[in-house]
Amino acid sequence: MSDHRIELTVNGQTRSATVEGRRTLSDFLRIDAGYTGVHVGCEHGVCGACTVIVDGRAVRSCLMLAVQADGAAVTTVEGLAAPDGTLHPVQQALRDAHGLQCGFCTPGIVMTLAALTSDEKKPGAETLLGAMSGHICRCTGYQGIRKAARALAGEDV
Amino acid sequence: MNPTINAARFIGQRVPRKEDHRLLTGRGTFVDDVVVAGMLHVAFLRSPIARGRILSFDTAAARAMPGVHAILTAADLSALKIDMLSFFLAPAEIAITPLADGRVAYVGEPVVMVIAVDRYVAEDATSLIEIDYDEEDPVVTIDDARTGAPVHPGMDSNVAAAMGEDEINEPLEALLRDAPHLISGTITHQRIAQSPMETRGVIVSPQGSEEIIVYITCASPHLIARNLSMAFNLPNTNFRVIAKDVGGSFGLKNQPWKEEMAVIAAGILLGRPLKWIEDRWENLTGANQAREQEMTLRIAFDNDGKLLASHADYHLNNGAYPHGADCNIAVVMFLWSAYKIPEFSFQTQGWFSNTAGLAAYRGPWAIETLAREVLLDEAARKIGIDPIEIRRRNLITRADQPMVASMGIPIDDISPMECLDKLLEVVDVAAFRIEQEAARKEGRYLGIGFATYIEPTGAAGSINVMTGELAHVQIEPTGKVTAIMSTHSQGHGTQTTMAQIFAEELGVPFEDVTVHEGDSSRGGFSPGAAGSRQGVIGGGASIKAAGLLRDKIKKVAAHLLNANPDDVTIEGGMVRVRGAEEMTRSLRQIAEIAYGEPDRLPPGMESGLEAQYRYNPPPMTFTSAAHACIVEIDAETGFVKIKRWVSSEDCGVMINPAIVEGQISGGLAQAIGTVLLEEFGYDDRGNPTTVTFKDYMLPAISDVPDFEFVHANTPSQAEGGFRGVGEGGCIIGPPTLVNAIADALSPFNARCLDLPLTPSKILQLMEGKDISRAAQRQVKSDAAAAAAAAKAVAEKEVHIGSHGEGLPPMAAAMLPGGADAAALEAESTESEVHADGSATEAAPPSSPAGDWDCVMSTPMGPQTMKLHFDIEGDAVTGYTSSPDGTAEFTGIALGNQIKFDLKVTKPMKITLKYDIAIEGDVLAGKVKMGLFGTAKLKGSRAE
Repeated sequence: MSDHRIELTVNGQTRSATVEGRRTLSDFLRIDAGYTGVHVGCEHGVCGACTVIVDGRAVRSCLMLAVQADGAAVTTVEGLAAPDGTLHPVQQALRDAHGLQCGFCTPGIVMTLAALTSDEKKPGAETLLGAMSGHICRCTGYQGIRKAARALAGEDV
Repeated sequence: MNPTINAARFIGQRVPRKEDHRLLTGRGTFVDDVVVAGMLHVAFLRSPIARGRILSFDTAAARAMPGVHAILTAADLSALKIDMLSFFLAPAEIAITPLADGRVAYVGEPVVMVIAVDRYVAEDATSLIEIDYDEEDPVVTIDDARTGAPVHPGMDSNVAAAMGEDEINEPLEALLRDAPHLISGTITHQRIAQSPMETRGVIVSPQGSEEIIVYITCASPHLIARNLSMAFNLPNTNFRVIAKDVGGSFGLKNQPWKEEMAVIAAGILLGRPLKWIEDRWENLTGANQAREQEMTLRIAFDNDGKLLASHADYHLNNGAYPHGADCNIAVVMFLWSAYKIPEFSFQTQGWFSNTAGLAAYRGPWAIETLAREVLLDEAARKIGIDPIEIRRRNLITRADQPMVASMGIPIDDISPMECLDKLLEVVDVAAFRIEQEAARKEGRYLGIGFATYIEPTGAAGSINVMTGELAHVQIEPTGKVTAIMSTHSQGHGTQTTMAQIFAEELGVPFEDVTVHEGDSSRGGFSPGAAGSRQGVIGGGASIKAAGLLRDKIKKVAAHLLNANPDDVTIEGGMVRVRGAEEMTRSLRQIAEIAYGEPDRLPPGMESGLEAQYRYNPPPMTFTSAAHACIVEIDAETGFVKIKRWVSSEDCGVMINPAIVEGQISGGLAQAIGTVLLEEFGYDDRGNPTTVTFKDYMLPAISDVPDFEFVHANTPSQAEGGFRGVGEGGCIIGPPTLVNAIADALSPFNARCLDLPLTPSKILQLMEGKDISRAAQRQVKSDAAAAAAAAKAVAEKEVHIGSHGEGLPPMAAAMLPGGADAAALEAESTESEVHADGSATEAAPPSSPAGDWDCVMSTPMGPQTMKLHFDIEGDAVTGYTSSPDGTAEFTGIALGNQIKFDLKVTKPMKITLKYDIAIEGDVLAGKVKMGLFGTAKLKGSRAE
């Protein structure tokens, strides 16, 4: 098995590591870097729970290899809230809307919404809801997730 | 109902959840987030065939791989004696081992476990193991199971469990036959994969021989700990089970099963911490699944559309290793419990097959509501009355209560009619019908569906594991409130709802309350989230414990402040004395004295500020609901668009409406998946065909509409007035949506009885085709001309709910009592021949007198018992003895036949009618158990 030297930033901190070529980014983040907020739900790119932000874009970390993240800036769900614990607007919107129950799919949903609303982008509700169709939640029936997405799009809910 | 609820400062509020901050920031602790020093990782090699014998293993290459620590098979684990127990903690009806022992019985069954430094290496090593199998033809479907060779060696059929009448109920048949209207249909429900977003997983961490810590994703750490201690039977070992955050269960994680038991056993044998996390492929292959049922329901009506009689014939696929052999008594118990029906009877059978075993899924008995509500709509169309009117004429109303409903269920507190009335205040049916009519002229197909139901929630006290809940609450010396609960959340939000109750009842800020759960070493026993029970029972326990603590605080404060306890109030965490503002103290001040200066407490009072209460609720608390749904069907594609969905339910006093609505919404999304999308499939060789989420389709946000809610909130008789709401959406949702689709397709006379209603099936219905499973069977049997004649007879007879006449001998033997009766008859005939004509006579029949070791197959699993008979002429006296106690009886003895009645009070007040035949040292017979149907009894003479 080939080993590769990689260096990347995770939540603003530089990390270097030697990883096998086959190591997924999700396993690297969870097991090697300790960011267990990255949840692995299906390992085939359907459920969306493992979504993280890589260089500004929401990606499924189960379908990306750690070596492919060499040189990238990665943000996980642990990297969103302010150091004093103040929730990111996406996190706050989901909390206000009761957008989670068991919380297993939640980090992926948070990261997709955070990527789409970053840098003062103001996507419409349709864009956000369209993106949410790539996330499976088995608990909530999506009611709170939809309310949060509409709130983030500036709609009255 | 507690009077303070009217103050409603916290109970009834949409309080944000305490769980959310950690879950939103990635700080939850799910089982795979736990790391134990020195931990090794497990991967399983699973059976690639559905049925066969294991001929040989070759594990040498895998063992030689660097990083591999151990490779274990069933032979290695047999060093420990492990009992695989049902949810009710009953031993399994069949031999079950954690790893396949000699035979495999489903694709995905774990055969070999590899233990290695990490999961990558462990999986690599599994690929180096070679196993030779002697493959056999599998039994896959219920139809296969009826005629196929027994899945489990030594069994005489594939019947896993059976209940109901085993003889034709002629008066009921006459009522059905002679009624002005008879509606009959067979509902088929596909197999469902529960699909919690967090798969199964376990870490075993032995702490020497006396304590074993198990981290496991589960529905109750207490129930798992109790299960493990019984399953492993290591008298000096305590199992401590920890499950902080759990990513959903929906019934799948109720009990540890093959893989979890294998990992725990291996950890004990190796003395090493081990971790196994199921991947999604394993979850959709090896994990137990749910549903795969069919129910033929016949319903007779008079000319006014009033119910006269009904018969249900219910079958479900148990797979190879069910969590408990099952034909679910609740299905027939609650089928008509909300309706006025004079006569009802049933027959149910669970069938073993070479597929993944059966587990619970939210509302495991839900097919009763599906079959009833769908056929009620068909009846309304046939009789020519409105679907709402047919319910209005037959539902049990407030005016009818109290009454004893079908199957002897006492009904004194249900409100489905009120829920329906409230629903109709927000759904304008007349306006919809006009819109529907106009749309049809444009070739657009709109439909509206209704359903009503009741659900037993918060059950306790009648089945051994369904207990009360324990709340332990304390005011810490810091003044903060800490509660330790027996409840457990897999997303239910009990850390929030229970905190709302404590804040309300103790008069403290919500922020000051912390609720702990998820560790069997803290708090008392509870089965956790099973049966929509935690809000009802945990909520009641919290109120009672808080009341005890509040009283103590008042007594302490009154004593310290020289005041009357009745003048002491607690608000916002401050203890006040009416009319004496200067005497106000913080809870912290009171607590510091209660813990640190016990001399200042009233004489004889226990120090500290702690209270504990185990609440046992009424036996059952009913939740009622009525739902409506409007759909539009695309005639070109067969796609169903859900345009509106309104829930009107009566779940009593709501602790947190957002959590109530969240529970209903989640259940409704699962209902939508059930009706439109999800179907776990097997091919003819028993290979699962839907092992990814691209093939097993779960509802996405685009499949689920905005739900509207109407709440009725009639307080229940339980403490706090709460009613359970965990499963209801998943029970009432499917028929609501099916009825809307059937209404839309009414111009085509479509019968929507076969789930899921995929676009292709809907297009077939619009083309006038019969999509029922019965029709599919017919097509199949036409193709297989050789088998056609025999098969057609069997299907026809089973379809009309017959009880054995005309069935092939093997099928007749599978009916309840059939095998025994046939065998007994054969034996006695043989013995007579011998006695009459042979010199080498059989041993003379010995007397039934004496002790017998017996096993009765009950709906709660097999129960062992001892029977003792004393015979005097035609009279028999004796006693039964079991772990539940001893009971005496008198009856009659006629030759080798013994009959007696036994009145019992648990699980319900019923009279057990024993009918036993004894041949030599073998006892066989049946026990009529009132509404629980008939149980088989087998035994042998005690040594």
